[in-house]
Amino acid sequence: MTAQLTQATGPQFSRILAIGGVRGENVVTNDDIAGPIDSSDEWIRQRTGIVTRRRAGTDTDVLDLAEAAALDVLAKAGLTGADIDVVILSTVTYFAQTPAGAAIVADRIGANPAAAYDISAACAGYAYGIGQADALVRSGAARHVLVIGAEKMSDFIDPTDRSISFLLGDGGGAAIVGPSDFPGIGPTVWGSDGSKADAIRQTAPWNETAGVEGAEWPTLRQDGPSVFKWAAFQMGPVALKAVEAAGLTPADIDVFVPHQANMRIIDQMIKQLGLRDDVVVGRDIADTGNTSAASIPLATERLVREGTAKSGDVLLQIGFGAGLVYAAQVIVVP
Amino acid sequence: MAYTENEVLAGLAEIVAEETGLPADTVTSEKSFTDDLDIDSLSMMTIVTHAEDKFGVTIPDDDVKNLATVGDAVSFITNAQA
Repeated sequence: MTAQLTQATGPQFSRILAIGGVRGENVVTNDDIAGPIDSSDEWIRQRTGIVTRRRAGTDTDVLDLAEAAALDVLAKAGLTGADIDVVILSTVTYFAQTPAGAAIVADRIGANPAAAYDISAACAGYAYGIGQADALVRSGAARHVLVIGAEKMSDFIDPTDRSISFLLGDGGGAAIVGPSDFPGIGPTVWGSDGSKADAIRQTAPWNETAGVEGAEWPTLRQDGPSVFKWAAFQMGPVALKAVEAAGLTPADIDVFVPHQANMRIIDQMIKQLGLRDDVVVGRDIADTGNTSAASIPLATERLVREGTAKSGDVLLQIGFGAGLVYAAQVIVVP
Repeated sequence: MAYTENEVLAGLAEIVAEETGLPADTVTSEKSFTDDLDIDSLSMMTIVTHAEDKFGVTIPDDDVKNLATVGDAVSFITNAQA
């Protein structure tokens, strides 16, 4: 060996500099959707805690939601697109196989020529993205990483489906991760269980429906009780591992923001975690619905905007969903 | 040591009482989880999970829908211990 190459090194610490987001412009009530599933406002509230969900209009697509979320978080961070080195877009509702939606969003927000790619980790996608962004910043691969979770779930639902469609909303949430003087993002505890790939699934792959006469547009289904059992009872231990990996105990957690899948999952997780009685809990699902990858940043930006989560608070977040996949980490609220 | 049917019933009644708020002595073998005890599919999964932990058994998700009455669950758990 003669010549020695250089490897990048980065700052010791990273943190989330800002969190932002947008919700679909239309408020959809339980009564609006109860008819085709032979249900009622009372049944949906009791099973899910959802009172309304937010859905985007026909003129808004998932990249519009991603772009609006990105512009909101850039403004909150006091940065411009030119400051962004990497754009990571987590979505399961961008229907072009290629090119990645992230590159298009990067160009729209003035971040061209930032590196840009999409990830598919469903409702865990934002927490997966924060884990990647933390690693990219601390390795020196990027200074500022924009993580976006955006979904137009209403493009992916069947109004007559009683398993998951009535839960879903549209929105985009985003965070910017950058260098920090203090530890701002704890280790990511993440994983998958592909043996349960059918638990939350697409009714058919696109290549089995395109051009097939009479084929229906694929939509989502879930085995609700099985998913509830997995999420409510197996995700608590994952969240606790993230707390432990950050060198903390549950009593140190000021804010808890789980993926907004179902209020009863949130309530069951709280029973298991041993958090303080005064812990602030993200419950944005009640009037936003389940927005998949957007749900954690949307619930967080709301708590910050309403003043219940404060800068410097220690926040535990956990995403979980189709894959099955999951990811959790502790962060410091920007 | 395996639990007897009576021990499983008593333990299961406590779990159901905790989840529903009903008195444990009203949770008897002939009661239907859905019709008599008003337990929905998500509460049923909570009860199943606590029963698995308490009795050291596995109750597969696909079998839960066959547990219509408290007695069905007691039989399943008692047999699953073997």
